[in-house]
Amino acid sequence: MLRYAIRRLLIAIPTLIVISFVIFAVLDLAPNDPTGNLPLTIDAETRAKIREAMGLDEPFHIRYAAWLNQFFINEPLNIIEKSFDTCFGSTCQWEAVRVPRAEHWAGVEVHEVSDRLRIRSWGTRSEVVDLIVERAPQTLKVVGLAYVVAIMIALPIGILSAIYQYSWFDQIGTFVSMVGFSVPTFFTGLVLIVVFSTMIPEDSMFWLPSVYDTTHEVTDWDSFVYQVRQMAMPVAVLGLFNAAQISRYMRASMLENLNLDYVRTARAKGMKERVVILVHVLRNSLIPVVTVIAIGIPATLAGAIITEQIFRINGIGALLITGIQGADIPLVQTITFIFAVLIVFFNLIADLIYGILDPRIRYD
Amino acid sequence: MKPMRSLLASAAVLALTGTGALAERGSDGQVNILYWQAVSILNPYLSGGTKETHASSVVLEPLVHYDPDGNMVPILVDEIPTVENGGVSEDLKSITWKLKEGILWSDGTPLTAEDVVFSGEYCTHPEGGCSSASFFTDVESFEALDDLTVKITFSVAKPFPYGPFVGAEVPILQKAQFKDCMGAKAPECTEQNFYPIGTGPFVVKEFKANDTIVYEANPNYRDPAKPAFQTVLFKGGGDAASAARAVLETGEFDYAWNLQVEPEILSQMAAAGKGEVMSSFGTNVERLMVNLTAVDPSLGPDLRSVYADGTNPHPFLSDPAVRRALSLAIDRDIIVEIGYGAAGKVTCNVLPAPEIYASTANDWCKTQDVAKANQLLDEAGWVRGSDGIREKDGVRLSILFQTSTNSVRQGTQALIKQMWAEIGVETELRNIEAAVFFGGDQSSPDTFQKFMSDIEMYTNNFPGTDPEQYMANWACTEIPGPNNQWLGDNVPRFCDPAYDALVQELAVTAGLDARAEIAKKLNDMLMDFGAMIPLVHRGNVSARSLTLGGVAMTSWDSEIWNIADWYRIK
Repeated sequence: MLRYAIRRLLIAIPTLIVISFVIFAVLDLAPNDPTGNLPLTIDAETRAKIREAMGLDEPFHIRYAAWLNQFFINEPLNIIEKSFDTCFGSTCQWEAVRVPRAEHWAGVEVHEVSDRLRIRSWGTRSEVVDLIVERAPQTLKVVGLAYVVAIMIALPIGILSAIYQYSWFDQIGTFVSMVGFSVPTFFTGLVLIVVFSTMIPEDSMFWLPSVYDTTHEVTDWDSFVYQVRQMAMPVAVLGLFNAAQISRYMRASMLENLNLDYVRTARAKGMKERVVILVHVLRNSLIPVVTVIAIGIPATLAGAIITEQIFRINGIGALLITGIQGADIPLVQTITFIFAVLIVFFNLIADLIYGILDPRIRYD
Repeated sequence: MKPMRSLLASAAVLALTGTGALAERGSDGQVNILYWQAVSILNPYLSGGTKETHASSVVLEPLVHYDPDGNMVPILVDEIPTVENGGVSEDLKSITWKLKEGILWSDGTPLTAEDVVFSGEYCTHPEGGCSSASFFTDVESFEALDDLTVKITFSVAKPFPYGPFVGAEVPILQKAQFKDCMGAKAPECTEQNFYPIGTGPFVVKEFKANDTIVYEANPNYRDPAKPAFQTVLFKGGGDAASAARAVLETGEFDYAWNLQVEPEILSQMAAAGKGEVMSSFGTNVERLMVNLTAVDPSLGPDLRSVYADGTNPHPFLSDPAVRRALSLAIDRDIIVEIGYGAAGKVTCNVLPAPEIYASTANDWCKTQDVAKANQLLDEAGWVRGSDGIREKDGVRLSILFQTSTNSVRQGTQALIKQMWAEIGVETELRNIEAAVFFGGDQSSPDTFQKFMSDIEMYTNNFPGTDPEQYMANWACTEIPGPNNQWLGDNVPRFCDPAYDALVQELAVTAGLDARAEIAKKLNDMLMDFGAMIPLVHRGNVSARSLTLGGVAMTSWDSEIWNIADWYRIK
């Protein structure tokens, strides 16, 4: 197993390098211009200067090599420096970030700029990785919670639907998951906003905010309640969508196992139905479902883009959209590549879990 | 601009908006602003985007702002320099600004002429990639005569010297904060670009790029009673329709910007009674550009859509009767009603504002006249073929009509296609992604400047209130082509020596009325020739909550330029 994991990790490296090249080439070949969205009152000469200042006049292979260097060497070094409070080389890039803001206002602080260039967004002129770090909590909080909620709802529904196949419960469950799966999130999101933010008066306890406040901090009970309220709608929308999918897998997998010989044997041995279902059937049925859940994690992070946009959660998905609209290529390149890394990584995890859950599967 | 007029105007604005803000600073709590395009950076010199300019105007101030009527309002100075008061030199080559006394930066240090000089040098640095560089065209030097006096010298006579430091695009930066951020280092100063120190009513407390900005009242602001709000929450992201909903229906926000939403939907939302839809008009005109050069794909790259000294005329758009008929056949009222609502007015000029520049000579276009259009084409010898499309000498009136991808534009395209069908003109529609259409990618054939179609539609305008540079767009030298990497603003490829001479005259004429006279003439020449077919004078549409007072929306400057005067209506 360990050897398998190491082999897979080694294969992942060339895969990811090829992916990064493809992303970079596609973005570069696409007819796009970071100054294209600026007002037309800015003349062409100024635009050319702006592009030059962004480094767009360098040839393709140099920009690609620079990005590789920044992503695989400079950024990891920077993260190590930050987390262990050490320095490589003569100067520390992160020193500027550590100085409290009040001192900056006084305008006295001067920091040396190290040669170690980091990936810089064209839109904000700031470090892309810092932007992602700033955005990640929102996405993880809302999208992560929605996924957990979805799993917690989907598994029992799937199990019960399979045991009581074609019962009323199963029929309703099937209907709800069909609706959840086929109605897009931008529609369910709008319906919830119209009902809970517009039709219900603001002083009612059922009123929910339609705009997510990213500056909100939980300090006491009231602010916690507010946080719950502002997360309620996006979590519900995403949760419904994911739960629909997972519950269908769970049900199908349970049904497949329920009719197998070993179940009949277990029952014939006089085991209680509870033990048969929970110990024998469930464990075997979970194998494909766990894989689906693991592979779904990166897809969920990427797929929450629309939900983030509707509720203005401004997580990583919204950051990617802004980047695409503004032709902010370093930003789009980095986020897309991180998604690619996540997908490769979670595929590996899924395969490993498979081996753990089913002892018959041996990779070596 | 006569000093009397601008001073009176500013006094009027202050009197109108100041009434509710008699309370003390910070007494009205928080104001929530929603921009559906999120703000990336708070240094307008490094962005050029409208949203960044607006968001930074809350903190950074220029010497002079423009009010809703396009009048100059002194902000960091006491009066606007003119030739009469000696602030502008007789030869029109320099302007001297005197800063107001006692203005402090938010960190408590005084604002000096050195800061103004620094801001000019910051933007004119050749490696900085400053997006407001055109405001400093022809500037030779910035000079601090004493602590409060700045002299700006131009290399040529500037009859309208109010480019540098007038308007939110060109504010004053603090030298002490930005002194290590010159030129190539400018983008690396993330702290400075996210947390600029300003003289404005608010200070940045928290900046989340492309997301949210939190501002706090500036303790050192010059008016001790202002701003009325203690904090500003400036949220970004989402789309225009839901931004409108957040102000007009749910009431979660007090102000929402740039609500490009179907007029019908907007008025439905406004019926909820929580907010008001506002519009303001600047110089934006949605117009059809008429390609006066041939664009047949068989021509090859050296001739396609290339002016070639007039040797490559368009097969039918070079006929004045066709251009006039195309304009007459359009019902502009319907286009405004369906696509724009409060955000549009019918116009027959490319230079529709300010008031003194607006010509009335072309008002024939305001009413649709299909019969007259048909008659013009008949007389010019364009006869209908068996399929109803007119032709002459084997040339069919078949138009390729392109614009950027945008639902309102595609609606307008469909309407125009229908209107032109009535006069026997066939239209093929095409739309191109905005980032490509307006992008400067040399390898793409689809940019608005390469103009590989017969007609194209978009909006253009000019910054500030002086149309000199804008009208110079249609000089012969501005024609885009392979010789200048397709960088030129004369998109119709219009060339007339008489027009160029008049542009030269405008460049040396001082005095507002004389300039207005020439600008109108230039506009009329273009309209009479039919190089462009103006459609809609476009305004900006924003919404405010009914509880938010003091808003004076302007299209000439940052929309929220007077946020210091905003207050809560109780």
